[in-house]
Amino acid sequence: MKAVEVRELVKDYGSFRAIKGISFEVNEGEIFGLIGPNGAGKTTALRTIATLLQITSGSIAVFGYELPKEAGEVRKIISYLPEEAGAYKNLTGREYLNFIAKFFGEGEKFRNMVRKGLEIANLGERIDDRVDTYSKGMTRRLLVGRALMVNPKLAILDEPTTGLDVVNAREVRRIINSAAEAGVAVLLSSHNMLEVELLCQRIALINDGKIIASGTGEELKKEYDTINIEEAFVKAIK
Amino acid sequence: MIGNIVKKEFKELFVLSTILPIAVIAIVYGSAGNMIGNVGETIKEKPVIGIVDMDDGSFSAIAMSVLTENAKVAYNGIDAEEGLQEVRKEHGVALLAIPGNFSQNIYASHPGEIEIYWIMKGAGMMDSISSGAVEGLIQAVNQEISKTLIQQGSSSDPALVLAPTTRIDTTFFKGKEIEGLSPSTLSSMLVSQSIVIPIVVMMLIIMAGASVISSMGLEKENKTLETLLTLPVRRSHIVIGKMVGSALVGLIMAAIYMLGFSRYMTSFRVSDINLADFGLALGMPDYLLVGISLFVALLAGLSLCIVLGTFAKNYRSAQALVFPITALALIPTFIIMLKDFDTIPAVLRILVFAIPFSHPMMAMRALMLDNYPLVIGGIAYTAVFTVIMVGVAVRIFNSDRLLTGSVRKRLGLGKLLWGFRR
Repeated sequence: MKAVEVRELVKDYGSFRAIKGISFEVNEGEIFGLIGPNGAGKTTALRTIATLLQITSGSIAVFGYELPKEAGEVRKIISYLPEEAGAYKNLTGREYLNFIAKFFGEGEKFRNMVRKGLEIANLGERIDDRVDTYSKGMTRRLLVGRALMVNPKLAILDEPTTGLDVVNAREVRRIINSAAEAGVAVLLSSHNMLEVELLCQRIALINDGKIIASGTGEELKKEYDTINIEEAFVKAIK
Repeated sequence: MIGNIVKKEFKELFVLSTILPIAVIAIVYGSAGNMIGNVGETIKEKPVIGIVDMDDGSFSAIAMSVLTENAKVAYNGIDAEEGLQEVRKEHGVALLAIPGNFSQNIYASHPGEIEIYWIMKGAGMMDSISSGAVEGLIQAVNQEISKTLIQQGSSSDPALVLAPTTRIDTTFFKGKEIEGLSPSTLSSMLVSQSIVIPIVVMMLIIMAGASVISSMGLEKENKTLETLLTLPVRRSHIVIGKMVGSALVGLIMAAIYMLGFSRYMTSFRVSDINLADFGLALGMPDYLLVGISLFVALLAGLSLCIVLGTFAKNYRSAQALVFPITALALIPTFIIMLKDFDTIPAVLRILVFAIPFSHPMMAMRALMLDNYPLVIGGIAYTAVFTVIMVGVAVRIFNSDRLLTGSVRKRLGLGKLLWGFRR
């Protein structure tokens, strides 16, 4: 079964068309990257798949569940990490993970989730400090832990390493890779094309609300005769 | 340079969302002002009364002279029943009956009795203005008789000379005949008995409302809303969860406030009159109705706040959105304190009824006077209001509005109710 099937998706904000009929699929256990410049429609596409925005036309199915009809079912199997996400500042890191895990399970299942979240966040003793005392990198690690601890079938990650230093970004990439190896389908967006090349099995290049090319990194480089995805993208939009 | 900054600040702050609530509130207060204006005219007008003089003696003649000069006399005869009917027909204030032995009693060094049959229309502070004018007339009658006694060199007890009459009050109010209380006493008793509930409601709505609106603003400011909306929880549960959480915070805050306020109020207690002695007590079912009314009003307020909260862009803008709620809570508090629901102009009556917070404010007084339809109707209206507001909130939570700040489609009632299931 496909993790995500997007068919001719159109999304309008009033009279502005942000997405102009895109189609793509994500397989189970695959890391699929949507790359493009700011304002290309990456976040809108991810938010729509994450059940946050209404579909103007076209269709989206997540593990066979159709949106928006089965949004409730979709929310049980996805985890969404927004680009500029935050956590509740009055809670400690541990309390925040507990709060989220309670929506997904009870008893042993709940405890295992929190344990996994603590492991991924890897904040040591600081996990018991209030979130408003965390650095940006620590908050991001907590949020990645939150997103992946719930054992989602599909993780939707919007710019997962944005604003992080090299060490933290590398750690987050390692965590994403491990999740995919464990069978989680990952749909991520980035304007950091080198990062996407490192992480993703398949990539879709998106510009001005349209997918202009897609395939594996190697296929795209071959198609545009370039040495990296960044150059392939530049050639693709010309 | 300063001009440039002023221009930027003005442009940022002078927007429709800030101006509109103020404009609406200004219109509402304007209407309330009209009502106060009418009261001013009432003060200037002579009160309409009826007089029954069974005495026909020299002191009753003095009383008649004072009364006819300073009041509009709708009835002047000897039949009390007929007099009451006439006064009622002319929307008068009271029928004053002077019994046969009035002058004789005063000559015999006993105070002359004046029976006053009050026709009370409302129990608000301003409703007793007309009766206040009649009280002034009685005082004037007393003074004139005192003057006459002094001029005649009366050897009576000085206390009698200074207070030559006594009064026996009977008040007819909303089908009840209350003996021994004048409208002003009754009104002040009812206001003091029922003032706590409006203040509690006002504080609850303001405190809990501010909490829920701020919570929405904080969700947006802290960027936690998107995560919350992708969790496997129904939108209606998010809305209800926020409402109940804020209600608890509001209850605690209001309780702390009321501890101080109740102490403050007890310092003003001047009368030991027990309203239960006059058939104006509340039973357990009445208190239950007051409680239900209070509870549904709180839910209604919070559901309205949730809808308002969806407009909050951050914590700062959320604070500004508390203003319309505060104003909506203040309007019925003051109107109900000043006038009875039945005696305010029709437009204001519709407004007061439409504001869901009004109903628990009016409930206690209405139940004392057995006005169950108003209380039960208010509860039903407030419950419907809450359901609609929660539906609107759930619908907004299901739309793009929370994240994009715009509503794509108009919210139909059918779709609105469908929103509960998601």
